[in-house]
Amino acid sequence: MDVLDIARWQFGITTVYHFLMVPLTIGLGVLVAVMHTMWARTDKPEWLRMTRFWGRIYLINFVLGVATGLVQEFQFGLAWSEYSRFVGDVFGSLLALEALLAFFLESTFLGLWIFGWGRIPKKLHLAALWAAVIGSVVSAYFIIAANSWMQHPVGVVTDDATGRPRQVNFLAVLTNNTALAAFSHTIVASLMVAGALLVGIGLWHLRRRTMADAPTTDVDHSVWRRSVRLGGFVSLAAFALVALTGDYQGKLMYAQQPLKMSSAEALCETEAPAPFSVFAFGKLGSNECDDVHSITIPRILSYLAHGDFSTAVPGVNELQESYAAAYGATYPDDPAHYGDQAGRPIDYTPLLAVTYWNFRLMVGMGMVSAGVAAYALWATRRGRVPTSRIGVYGSLLAVGAPFVANVSGWIFTEMGRQPFVVYPNPDVPRAEQVYFFTAQAVSPGVTAGEVLTSLIGLATVYGALAVVELWLITRFVRRGVTTADSAPTPGHTPEGTPDDDLPGGRDADDVLSFAY
Amino acid sequence: MDLQTLWFAAVAVLWTGFLLLEGFDFGVAALLPLLGRRPVDRHLMLRSIGPLWDGNEVWLITATGAVFAAFPGWYATWLPALYLPFVLVLFGLIIRAVAFEWRHSHHTERWDSTWTHVITAGSLIAALGIGAALGATTLGLPIDADGNRVGGPFAGLGWPALLGAVAVLAYSLVHGAVFLALKTDGPVRLAARAFARRWAPVAALPLLAWAGLVHLRSGTPATAVLWLVAALAVLVSWARIRVDREGQAFAAWAVVLLGSAATIFGAAFPVAVPSTVDAAFDVTLADASVSDYTLTVMTWATGIGLPVVLAYQAWTYWVFRKRLSAEPETPHAEPVPA
Ligand code: HDD
Ligand code: HEM
Ligand code: HEM
Repeated sequence: MDVLDIARWQFGITTVYHFLMVPLTIGLGVLVAVMHTMWARTDKPEWLRMTRFWGRIYLINFVLGVATGLVQEFQFGLAWSEYSRFVGDVFGSLLALEALLAFFLESTFLGLWIFGWGRIPKKLHLAALWAAVIGSVVSAYFIIAANSWMQHPVGVVTDDATGRPRQVNFLAVLTNNTALAAFSHTIVASLMVAGALLVGIGLWHLRRRTMADAPTTDVDHSVWRRSVRLGGFVSLAAFALVALTGDYQGKLMYAQQPLKMSSAEALCETEAPAPFSVFAFGKLGSNECDDVHSITIPRILSYLAHGDFSTAVPGVNELQESYAAAYGATYPDDPAHYGDQAGRPIDYTPLLAVTYWNFRLMVGMGMVSAGVAAYALWATRRGRVPTSRIGVYGSLLAVGAPFVANVSGWIFTEMGRQPFVVYPNPDVPRAEQVYFFTAQAVSPGVTAGEVLTSLIGLATVYGALAVVELWLITRFVRRGVTTADSAPTPGHTPEGTPDDDLPGGRDADDVLSFAY
Repeated sequence: MDLQTLWFAAVAVLWTGFLLLEGFDFGVAALLPLLGRRPVDRHLMLRSIGPLWDGNEVWLITATGAVFAAFPGWYATWLPALYLPFVLVLFGLIIRAVAFEWRHSHHTERWDSTWTHVITAGSLIAALGIGAALGATTLGLPIDADGNRVGGPFAGLGWPALLGAVAVLAYSLVHGAVFLALKTDGPVRLAARAFARRWAPVAALPLLAWAGLVHLRSGTPATAVLWLVAALAVLVSWARIRVDREGQAFAAWAVVLLGSAATIFGAAFPVAVPSTVDAAFDVTLADASVSDYTLTVMTWATGIGLPVVLAYQAWTYWVFRKRLSAEPETPHAEPVPA
């Protein structure tokens, strides 16, 4: 493998891993802040316990997001220096603004929230959590604006002296329609992740308590019940919004990256009206479109692409040719800038199997998740407690579904823009277009050995972290709410709560009297 | 002052701020096995940096982001040239971050001491790695005309890297000790004070040597003055900690870093990454910079955002200003007014 392949694997692995934490941080952050707000307003102990329990999971997860996010900040320079040089005039400022305007907010106010229990006034303490949550959302906005600029570069012209994009309209970059769509889609997809977690774990605890004949009138019961109801409603509502925003993204994709759409549909020839593929068979892996056959529903793809049932959707074969005509059939014979790819033919069709199946996985897992949420709401209607083993364990398993949907959505997005790392914007005349091939993007001075070392090292560390993290979260979740209450309380009782609600000093050995 | 100079100053401030703030939490973490004899003492030490380390680390992210944003040519030359040291820093920071959180997620003695060691190890690795990267950069990297490293993975790592590594770690150790003396009470405070008294003059030497070398290579009279200020501050800090004036010692010790960093950045200007291959290959700020338009946008955004950030960070330091003690707080103590 050459540097390019290793670097791509490294970027893919580390980013996908980072994006396991990110949606949970964003989604759960919002929900914990809602719980805390409810507690502040009603003073009901179950809201406090929910805040403590889910807040703890939020924090365990957050730290892993921070640790893996650090790698992200550096790796554009480490392995992708030519990319960084090329996009520098636009991309770097978005990352820097993310750090300045979002990360400081997150980390500072989260520290205040964690250590502020009982130390700062109640309202201020709540505001600190909201500030941190807003930080996460702002962070998502900037990073997605950066990503969307790679998908659909706007607000730039080509600089005559450097041959690189030069920013002329920062506002256009911030209001890129691709970014607005992707941001809203990602935020609601994050809420699905958090909703599924509340549902899965809540149902499991409810069932376990019922099996053990625990009372259904105490605070703990209402903790789990409310968690399931809240999670279920959020999941369902978020799914509707995910579908809505996703539909809009599909329309943008048709206009901006038509090859991504036709390969996601394995649509070889241009068709009007175009059918939607439900299932494909044949040799998807060969990347020869004509080897693929699918079961289709007529006209639906035209609708996804353009909102009517008749629009022509261009096929892979035709697009491949028009891209080759516009951007070259082969890479320039210049090993210094194109590495092993120099002089080779350019395949403008992204990997069919990857785009096709990841798109279906995303939508399918979203549907699974919505189905589970509907089941949970129905099964807990009017005070009922579900005891069905399949239903409850199925919901627990389905906690993973929106994670899978998120990851496959990104893999689809990112692999679907190959072979470009910065995709030419079709709204701009060909001569003024800004684009960059992935093959040009890696760091020329770095050796394959270095990147392989860091890839193996990072994969090992990330793997180990995943094991410990899962173990900790599982153990914590099994214990339920009472542990959640006591674990991080630094020897204080939050003001205004009855003493017996918060066992702040209960385990007051020298370990627990401090948060550290 | 033109925008490139302004942004060079901003980058210098961010990196210095990072070393200053994260420096004490690196130091405290590295001192855990030395000063934290009893478990309660270690908990106390960790608690002193608990609410602060993550915010401090964002200075590193912002500093790196600012280099990318204002000088992508610098970012794209610098990181791949020092690929392995930077990856090592990332490892150190990753294991440290998770250890902070995981340490108190489970309560057995072994678990506790394992993650305490990981915090120490991660902080040592990160401090040494960052020092190495900065040391190697300021004294020159083997880069060619395109800003790419020549000579293989270890080409940039000679004695300047070692000097930088030792300088950052040694500075941070005393910085952490003075911070502990200022923030805690009881045996930790005493031990920290004793450590600072003993090591302050020695611990500043590598940093002063490094700054001095950069000054000798490309300094100006102004950087000579800054260097002298730093050297003088060492003596002041040492004298103040000897008479137990911890606040003043801490301030003077901060001046040691500010003076040294100002010397280094001031002497380096206007070169971002000097080349050891040929001075003609130096990456200058003008080569590395983004367009004036982008710098203007960034200047506005930062001009509005940074004061707000500084205000609320300062405010959290104030909220957690209370001196900490290892004696358990009474569970129903009055909340600290804030
Ligand atoms: C819970 C997660 C989840 C769920 C259920 C869905 N998505 Fe999604 N989708 C994402 C999570 C996601 C994502 C991971 O967040 C992506 C990757 C990039 C982005 O903007 O969002 C994404 C990307 C993405 C894209 C690609 C945009 C591009 O490449 O520029 C399209 C067209 C859709 N989605 C459409 C849909 C549709 C029509 C859905 C129908 C219900 C849907 N998504 C459900
Ligand atoms: C929003 C910020 C993001 C940016 C700026 C970004 C940028 C990049 C870059 C520069 C590459 C390497 C070049 C390439 O192979 O094309 C890449 C590849 C990749 N990214 Fe992203 N990415 C972002 C988000 C994500 C997320 C959240 C995920 C997944 C959860 C993801 C998944 C991938 C994958 C799987 C690859 C490998 C693709 C391939 O090699 O074909 N990306 N991305
Ligand atoms: C590939 C590009 C990315 C880079 C360079 C990046 C960078 C970072 C960094 C440096 C952190 C740590 C911040 C801290 O210390 O507080 C972080 C965390 C975070 N990032 Fe990313 N990130 C990337 C992808 C994404 C994407 C695509 C999203 C959102 C959709 C996102 C959202 C977040 C959030 C919400 C956090 C807070 C901590 C957590 O997630 O647990 N990031 N990121």
